[in-house]
Amino acid sequence: MASPAPKSPEQSERNRKYDRQLRLWGDHGQAALEGAHVCIINATALGTEILKSLVLPGIGAFTIVDGKKVTSEDIGANFFLETDSVGKSRAQVATQMLLELNSDVRGDYIDEEPDQILYNSPDFFNNFTVVVATCLAEKSLVLLSQRLWELNIPLIVCRTIGFIAYMRIQVKEHMVIETHPDNEIPDLRLDKPFETLKKHVDSVNLDALSFKDHSHVPYLIVLYKFLEKWILSKGELPNSYKEKSQLKQMIREGMRRDENDISNSEENFEEAVKAVNTCVGHTEIPENVTNILNDDQCINLTAKSSSFWIIAKAVKDFVENEGGGLLPLKGTLPDMTADTEKYITLQQIYHKQAIADAEAVWRRTLQLLRQLGKSSDSIPERDVKLFCRHALNIHVGRGTCIADEYDCKVFDASNIVQCLENPESMMIYYVILRGVEKFQTEYNSYPGEFDDQVEPDIVKLKACITKLLSEWGCGPLVKDDYVHEFCRFGGAELHSVSGFLGGLAAQEVIKFVTNQYKPVHNTFIYDAVTSNSGTFFF
Amino acid sequence: MMGSDHMHRRWSNLRKVLERSGPFCRPDFEPSTETLQFLLDNCKILVIGAGGLGCELLKDLGLMGFRQIHIIDMDTIELSNLNRQFLFRHKDIGSSKAEVAAKFINSRIPGCNVISHCCKIQDKAEDFYRQFHIVICGLDSIIARRWINGMLLSLLVYEDGELDRSSVIPMIDGGTEGFKGNVRVILPGLTACIECTLDLYPPQVTYPLCTIANTPRLPEHCIEYVKVIQWPKENPFECAIDGDDPQHINWIYEKSIERAAQFGIQGLTYRLVQGVVKNIIPAVASTNAVIAAACATEAFKLASSCSASLNNYMVLNDIDGIYTYTYEAEKKEDCVACSQVPKEIEINSPKFKLNDLIEFLCEKPDLQMKNPGLTAYINGKNKTLYMQTVASIEERTRENLTKTLVELGLRNGSEINVADITTPSAIVLKLKFVYCNSDM
Ligand SMILES: [Zn+2]
Repeated sequence: MASPAPKSPEQSERNRKYDRQLRLWGDHGQAALEGAHVCIINATALGTEILKSLVLPGIGAFTIVDGKKVTSEDIGANFFLETDSVGKSRAQVATQMLLELNSDVRGDYIDEEPDQILYNSPDFFNNFTVVVATCLAEKSLVLLSQRLWELNIPLIVCRTIGFIAYMRIQVKEHMVIETHPDNEIPDLRLDKPFETLKKHVDSVNLDALSFKDHSHVPYLIVLYKFLEKWILSKGELPNSYKEKSQLKQMIREGMRRDENDISNSEENFEEAVKAVNTCVGHTEIPENVTNILNDDQCINLTAKSSSFWIIAKAVKDFVENEGGGLLPLKGTLPDMTADTEKYITLQQIYHKQAIADAEAVWRRTLQLLRQLGKSSDSIPERDVKLFCRHALNIHVGRGTCIADEYDCKVFDASNIVQCLENPESMMIYYVILRGVEKFQTEYNSYPGEFDDQVEPDIVKLKACITKLLSEWGCGPLVKDDYVHEFCRFGGAELHSVSGFLGGLAAQEVIKFVTNQYKPVHNTFIYDAVTSNSGTFFF
Repeated sequence: MMGSDHMHRRWSNLRKVLERSGPFCRPDFEPSTETLQFLLDNCKILVIGAGGLGCELLKDLGLMGFRQIHIIDMDTIELSNLNRQFLFRHKDIGSSKAEVAAKFINSRIPGCNVISHCCKIQDKAEDFYRQFHIVICGLDSIIARRWINGMLLSLLVYEDGELDRSSVIPMIDGGTEGFKGNVRVILPGLTACIECTLDLYPPQVTYPLCTIANTPRLPEHCIEYVKVIQWPKENPFECAIDGDDPQHINWIYEKSIERAAQFGIQGLTYRLVQGVVKNIIPAVASTNAVIAAACATEAFKLASSCSASLNNYMVLNDIDGIYTYTYEAEKKEDCVACSQVPKEIEINSPKFKLNDLIEFLCEKPDLQMKNPGLTAYINGKNKTLYMQTVASIEERTRENLTKTLVELGLRNGSEINVADITTPSAIVLKLKFVYCNSDM
């Protein structure tokens, strides 16, 4: 009954458990996740929600830093505490309860205030992959931010108050090979065909094909032929809308008609017509990739350069030599109506060229490694292949240090001033949250935290904000409504708002850990009342 | 004693937003201690689906003060659920999702009273659904969403054409796929319903039969071939394909590999075979957490009326930074489900057969029916035109399929009642003959 060879691979328990996410970030992404160690400062509801979405997919290890004892208020908002844990170490209880979620994950805790650790053991943070802080006071935040900036360890600062959520990402430099863009443009090179592609298409004579074969030629070849004809007569690619329409018309006219069936049309030609808009254009290196290849880090390699920059330099050398000004070929083909043989032949041509390009980049990588005095196995060949396959979409992000936002000598507030001119701008929440931080530093409580202090706190919070704004060279706020709203919140942490931000923050951690997908650049604000969000750069 | 002081302080976060007024509150919001009591004691919520979203929803609702919660799900727990459905442990594999989830929440959150229903939503009748203040869906099935949408619409009470607002049960719907998700708030009869925006759901990817049989190019084509053609022919296990049976998947994998090798097609993996056969949607804990939390916030705002609701659709995508977009989906004037006007179907040829009509109902993007059963009032009698779901009736009415609408006695303006698994109660379609008589 069951057939002999080939046999199905044995599915490991781990593969089955993580199946739904392996389809997103792959086995290599999972391996990176399992090798990561994150630190979470403060096991607030927000802190444990972030951890939950990291422990479930199987992060390697976590450490919670929190010197607080569990209160009744904590239990009301935090799922990873229990009624009988009141008075116990919050870090300890949360660690235990989070570890129940996944036996693959290691977790430990430090029952100490983050400030103490920052002062007493500054090296504590050196070996984390990412550090996440929730509910951290201004002064400690500045210290932590400076420390991690020097170490180039990503820091994610999160906070929710009432219906408002805030996340700030600090990373000095972050490189992504697999950005997973939603709409990928195929890398077809119709305008600059490589030798084997040219030879193959030249060997096809559309006019000599039988009726059946004619309608089973991949559209790519159809497009190539008509483009060739176009260039022969006009000298260059169709550029304008009008020219592209003319090319489309030419292709339509090239369609063969079935005398017996006037409604017949050739699907491959229809596809070729549709592809004119997306596939006809100059093959060139996108601007952001050019910038990366011309970056100082790429040009001036040192023994300390990361493998990303070494491969980037190898790609640059490739582009300037055998690549003839173009990136290594991606090598994948979209699906198109065709018979199997014609499609697979074409697919193989692209695939083989991509392999050849990647091999050239690999040779150049080895050469660079030799020059840098590094061993040839310090970069695996598969990393070079991955880089080449995604070279069109690589990304380098450079951030700013959070501490600078607290230093009015270096902080550029013009962005804030400009945004506040728009009454709809969510920048207002940044300003108020900064005011709340200042309030906390001065009064050691949240504005509105105590029922009998709401009214006086409105005045005090307003004063904090006015002071901040004047430090930034702005006038006071026109309206008090947001100040009122935050005093109403009284620092309340609403579980569903923290659950929302917690999931997003965990996702940002995963982006850093797997080196896939582009992180937020660099401040995210969400208003749960309107469900609107905004991203700002400081 | 953990008594009232603890309880009082436990909800202090919620009390701040419920017992204080603010400039952005809804105008009808009255701050009071009664709102929290209402959430804790009276407000009844139904959560549909105890999967990735459902687990998160129960936790979120329980910590937002809701305690009278029902959860309905017919599925049992599988290993591949554990990367995100965090109320389940390895030892729970094989148990009812709804039951295990309810038990977990009730033990973790004191006072929470989650009641589980391990059954299909179709097993429950109007009286069951009528008891809830809010219904929240965490489903991956479009059919189930459409069914519950129809159910809540059928509970609406109209008096002299005026909607009785007290019969409106808000529906909050969450959905995720990989790093994308969406949340919407539906006030049945008042705002856009699931059917109003049916064309938002992308049609399922299908491959033409001639491609999979004659000109396969992708590994997916080989898998589909084995699934659709080879399996029924060879019938290796003398039953239909069960995507959860590793033996079945192995068989399909091995046959697909053979076929791919035969055609020189690369890239066929075991994971892909599973994905195609089971129609697997990638899923990750974080997106479920985000979308469920947004649904819970909406439930909290609706139940307490402390703030305005999401109006009425939000999409999320966090592949490139974090992107959200909120907009108002529009109610369709002639929606088959929520408008009071019967939807008109234009018939443009006298040769139009019943078969054509059924095909039309299944293919039209804003109808997308599955196996519609049709009845009509003809010459003073209620007549079943066609019904696929009951074998004896199917046999009896099969001959109608090849008859034209005119031959069946239908005229311009005739109304047809259509029953389908996508809706709990039949919908009415009105025929509009748009051809001129000279066509005849
Ligand atoms: Zn509708």
